[in-house]
Amino acid sequence: MLGPLAVLSLFIGAVPVTLGDVLHDPEGQRLLLVSRIPRTLAAILAGAALAVSGQIMQILARNRFVEPISAGAGQSAAMGVLIATLLFPATAIWAKMSIAALTTLIGSVGLLMILRPLPPTQPLLVPLVALIYGGLIEGLVTFFAFQTDMLQFVGTWLTGELSGVLAGRYELLWLAGLAAAACWLIADRLTVMSLGEDAARGLGLNTKVVTGAGLVAVSITTAMVVVTLGAIPFVGLIVPNIVARRMGDNLRRAIPVTALSGALLVLAADILGRVLRAPYEIPVSTLVGVAGAAIFLVLLYRERSHG
Amino acid sequence: MIRIRNVSHHIGPAPILHDISLDIPKGGITALIGPNGAGKSTLLSLIARLAVLRQGEIHIDAMKIGEVSDRELARHLAIMAQSTHVSARLRVEELVGFGRYPWHRGRPGPGDRAIVESAIERFGLGPMRHRFLDEISGGQRQRAFVAMAFAQDTDYLLLDEPLNNLDIAGARSLMRLLRQMADEDGKTVVIVLHDINYAARFADRIVALHEGRVAANGAAREVVTDALLRDVFGTDAKVSLHDGHPVVLV
Repeated sequence: MLGPLAVLSLFIGAVPVTLGDVLHDPEGQRLLLVSRIPRTLAAILAGAALAVSGQIMQILARNRFVEPISAGAGQSAAMGVLIATLLFPATAIWAKMSIAALTTLIGSVGLLMILRPLPPTQPLLVPLVALIYGGLIEGLVTFFAFQTDMLQFVGTWLTGELSGVLAGRYELLWLAGLAAAACWLIADRLTVMSLGEDAARGLGLNTKVVTGAGLVAVSITTAMVVVTLGAIPFVGLIVPNIVARRMGDNLRRAIPVTALSGALLVLAADILGRVLRAPYEIPVSTLVGVAGAAIFLVLLYRERSHG
Repeated sequence: MIRIRNVSHHIGPAPILHDISLDIPKGGITALIGPNGAGKSTLLSLIARLAVLRQGEIHIDAMKIGEVSDRELARHLAIMAQSTHVSARLRVEELVGFGRYPWHRGRPGPGDRAIVESAIERFGLGPMRHRFLDEISGGQRQRAFVAMAFAQDTDYLLLDEPLNNLDIAGARSLMRLLRQMADEDGKTVVIVLHDINYAARFADRIVALHEGRVAANGAAREVVTDALLRDVFGTDAKVSLHDGHPVVLV
């Protein structure tokens, strides 16, 4: 399903491109190479990476209802770029990225430390606290941005959309994809983690190392996506939940499906965003946010009725 | 053999264990009994290095707890924790399969699969092997976790109140399986039990803990007495002998 959708994505947009154009018109070819192909790849990479990082975060937080983008990691990434832009305006993009990844890591570690003492008997407390935590950091980011006249920039990081994706400006997303792929390599360890701390240590797993590796992967994917496209919420929440419902939490089997479904969701949302109000665009984060919030509610109610 | 020497433990300011020294010999079933809060589970998690040992020493054969790596210990000792509530949606056969993790570290070979198969068969999990853990009964789930510990294929098997949630048929069949593992496979089973009658019926040795100290240690007939029930459990239930096993009349 991803294939046809990706092809569709190549030929939809404000400037019409047909197959004939691509074959004969150099301008059409340029549009495809500079804009449409990068945009399609960006949607696929970001969707896959966000969905997988959500799955990892849910294992680390021992709760199904958290995802990095809304739970402080996304906001920490925005904080990171803001700090980098303010303090070192002249540094290269990769340096800013590194700072963003670092603040994201700090933000994620902070989240886990806040969540750990919460009673496991109250599963809904975790997403609540996580949302407040994310809101707090977002408040800080907005405050600093306001003070320094950077609100507009911050806006682009907090709202994810793909209209600005051009060749040369999305490639860092491959890093996010790579980090998500690396999670698949340690899928068994992560699944053992999901049995709980004691059971995992009983099986000889070094839980500290696995937690650290998971946090690094989550931080890299989140930071890269936020800095390149902006925050896209809910992908990391609903995709892993639906996948778990259908095929369980054995990550060796689940991660590829999660990645594929996340890619599909973001790509479909981006195409829809281009079509609905053409020639104007609706940001992908808005569409995913509206659909995601509704699906999230359904999931919450279903989980409760399962007891 | 599990050698426990001068072990004391606090959780916060509350003292849980006082200077415990105890030998648990190799082979057979040793039951830890005692009233709530006696320190049974704490002692078990100290032996299994899940709680950090601060005072005293514990040796498992030649391995010293605190020095031996988690990974090495996982090949000699398996622990089944008290709460088997797992939020992960795993299939029964996947769970049992993870018992092999200490051996294959993510790459199961044919030998691992054979052991998982035998565990599934032995614990009667065949009919539900493809079901998710949250779709089977509490008793079946309990059995799946013991099967996982069995698949871990360790000399020592520690279980913390595995009879919780089980009805009498489930509890008896689980104890018979543990008995079989001790008798036929030569495993050393250490089990925390709430019900003294199960301990008296199935265990070779009983260790009674009371307020963090060893109150009694020996064969069921020596340990389970009117005096024990009065002094340790604070109740005046009587003990009667049936087929050579002491039985508490409740």
